[in-house]
Amino acid sequence: MTTVFKALDDETRRLILDELAARDGQSLFELCTVLLTRHAVGSTRQAISQHLAVLEDAGLVTTERRGRTKLHHFNSEPLAAITQRWPTTGRQQP
Amino acid sequence: MRINLTSIYVDDQRAAHAFYTGVLGFVTRHDLPLGEDFWLTVVSPEAPDGPELLLEPSGHPAVKPYRDALVEDGIPLAQFAVGDVEAEFRRLTAAGVVFTQQPTDIGVAVVAVFDDTCGNLIQLVSAKAS
Repeated sequence: MTTVFKALDDETRRLILDELAARDGQSLFELCTVLLTRHAVGSTRQAISQHLAVLEDAGLVTTERRGRTKLHHFNSEPLAAITQRWPTTGRQQP
Repeated sequence: MRINLTSIYVDDQRAAHAFYTGVLGFVTRHDLPLGEDFWLTVVSPEAPDGPELLLEPSGHPAVKPYRDALVEDGIPLAQFAVGDVEAEFRRLTAAGVVFTQQPTDIGVAVVAVFDDTCGNLIQLVSAKAS
């Protein structure tokens, strides 16, 4: 679980998850395009690639090939583990 | 100075010619035997005197690793302008073309990326009315 929190502790990586949650299955090129045009994140492709590797290590991103292109998917299972440990439902919100 | 020709590497020149003319809708400008290959260029019917796209054989050993690395990351090698990316996406998908990036609104334009079946990714772009 530590790697999940470390992976989430970065605004660019949170934006990557936002974009993958909005549209699943994106190439590195597409992610760089939307990060730049929608969020003004002008990081290099190499930097975004490293962010994706951190997210993949934490299990928050999975990859698959479509043809010869690598596509990235959001995987929410590690987040479910967090809410199982500290449930967010079943108690009254303040 | 002006840009009158640019090239992309294709795995098979005849298959590429069929795709670029038959599916995409470009027209042949030059198709001349050149050794074992062809000097094969296409142009847009909207700009017959405009820039030519050379469909160049991909036989050089540097081509494969270069293209493989770009395709893996989804990076297109050329960009074509269309009136409506969404409409082209529907038309080409119906024709069996695979998109690695669906139409995406990037603010000033809509873009999409497809596989040209000859070893390259191609980006489509349409400017948004302002």
